[in-house]
Amino acid sequence: MYFDSFAEFIAMGGHGLYVWMAYAAFLIILCWNLMAPKLRRRQVLETVARHWRRQELNSTKPNLEAEPLPFSDQDS
Amino acid sequence: MIGRVFHYEFLQAYRRRSELVTPVVFFVLVCSMFPLALGSVADLLAPLASGVIWVAALLATLLSLDQMFRQDFDDGILEQMELSEVPFYQLVAIKILAHWCLTGLPLVVLSPLLAMMLFMPSESYLSLIVGLFLGTPILSLIGAIGAALTVKIRRGNVVLSLLIMPLYVPVLIFGATAPVMAAQGIMPAAQLLWLAAMLVLAATLAPLAASLGLRINIYGS
Amino acid sequence: MNWTWFHKWGSPKWFFQKTESLIYWFGFLALIFLVVGLVWGLAFAPEDFKQGNSFRIFYIHVPSAILAQSIFLAMAISAAVGLIWRMKLAHVFVETAAPIGASITLLALLTGAIWGKPTWGTWWVWDARLTSTLIQFFLYLGIISLHQSIENRDTASKATAIACLVGVVNLPIIKFSVNWWNTLHQPATFTLTESPAMATEMWVPGLIMVLGFYMLFAYLVTLRMRSEILEREKGSAWVKAYLEKLNVL
Repeated sequence: MYFDSFAEFIAMGGHGLYVWMAYAAFLIILCWNLMAPKLRRRQVLETVARHWRRQELNSTKPNLEAEPLPFSDQDS
Repeated sequence: MIGRVFHYEFLQAYRRRSELVTPVVFFVLVCSMFPLALGSVADLLAPLASGVIWVAALLATLLSLDQMFRQDFDDGILEQMELSEVPFYQLVAIKILAHWCLTGLPLVVLSPLLAMMLFMPSESYLSLIVGLFLGTPILSLIGAIGAALTVKIRRGNVVLSLLIMPLYVPVLIFGATAPVMAAQGIMPAAQLLWLAAMLVLAATLAPLAASLGLRINIYGS
Repeated sequence: MNWTWFHKWGSPKWFFQKTESLIYWFGFLALIFLVVGLVWGLAFAPEDFKQGNSFRIFYIHVPSAILAQSIFLAMAISAAVGLIWRMKLAHVFVETAAPIGASITLLALLTGAIWGKPTWGTWWVWDARLTSTLIQFFLYLGIISLHQSIENRDTASKATAIACLVGVVNLPIIKFSVNWWNTLHQPATFTLTESPAMATEMWVPGLIMVLGFYMLFAYLVTLRMRSEILEREKGSAWVKAYLEKLNVL
């Protein structure tokens, strides 16, 4: 351990504010990078599941209506 | 074919005269805003003059880029050009050249006037004009890539600026520092040679990239 | 040379199945490297004789700056692969790596600015490296906004790929011109990371952090790519099977 006490570790020889600010920025950007894919994955799983549920609905009840669903999200 | 495309571009530009004048007026306007904002002191404005003129030229070019391909893309003319026997990138290069003649060249011609209004020292004039003469075609060439990629986006102007502006940095740096150096009595050969080299590079690669970008938008489902 | 591995990795299904376990390795290694590097760098490495403890920002600033540049290069290579071999997976990589790259570039900028305060006395100096990082950040933003504003997925992928290639051709010129501009305007001040000979116990944690950042990127980009693949391939049977396995269908 380079520092003698915990208080010294926090103070960083007077540069504590800057050092911890930089590491806080790292933590925030790390958290965003970890959260964003998780949220995206949940969203994707939902749309894909919806797609397949609709697919099953269409195959069990054929020609319920001739028109396509109003908000069909099938890809082009 | 190439001559006819060139002629067509000028004809189109003549029919849309008012649109053509806009970037040039914009250029003059931006330049004249600076004395109003900073004060009309010659000592203050003279060192800033080349930077102001270059930034204004850059913005004026950005303003005109959006219209480079849009009209012809919507009309289907670009698709016809793509199908013609002349290689598409050559026609794109002609369109870029025409764009520069109609927007870049007027800026070069007007620049001494604005330099005078901003009290630029007389030793700097030549390097400013030569720099703009070499630099504005690069702005049109790089801008054409952005215009080609965003041709399908409605109000693509913001995206275009965001995409292209960082790529303009080297041109701006070399172009704007040349007159500053000349004012100190140093021959700014390095900057002007760099601009010339970048012009050669851009003239070789940009029409290819722009034609590729247009093709994607023409054939993209 | 046998190229089957290349074609196999180009298949979304193959990629999805292979990364199923691989992703945990990336995450695990990233965690190990980052924890070791952070603890070592923050608590055990000696301070710099000139900059004192503010030197410890080095352990984030330099890895993030290196990674941000590597991501840009990787995106450009991947964009070329996508355009030449029409490999969809390469486009997926470009699109998912861009936001990560932008955030890492932002981190490099923020830590650079924070480091600048104790070193130079101001939050921002138009230092050559910081300036070109700023422009690189703008490039990332341009590429992301281009991708987001084109509606058709295929067109968006290809346009983004071209923008990446144009960016990577320009990046060395931008860096050179910014360096040149910097020496012109302010005679060489000492740069943040410039030390004649860094002690071993100072650069080793830095190296571990660099490895940790690369592993973190591999983890994050694989995570994102897997989601995008699921969405792109949502009509295929294997996606359905995967969803059934997850009990979400």
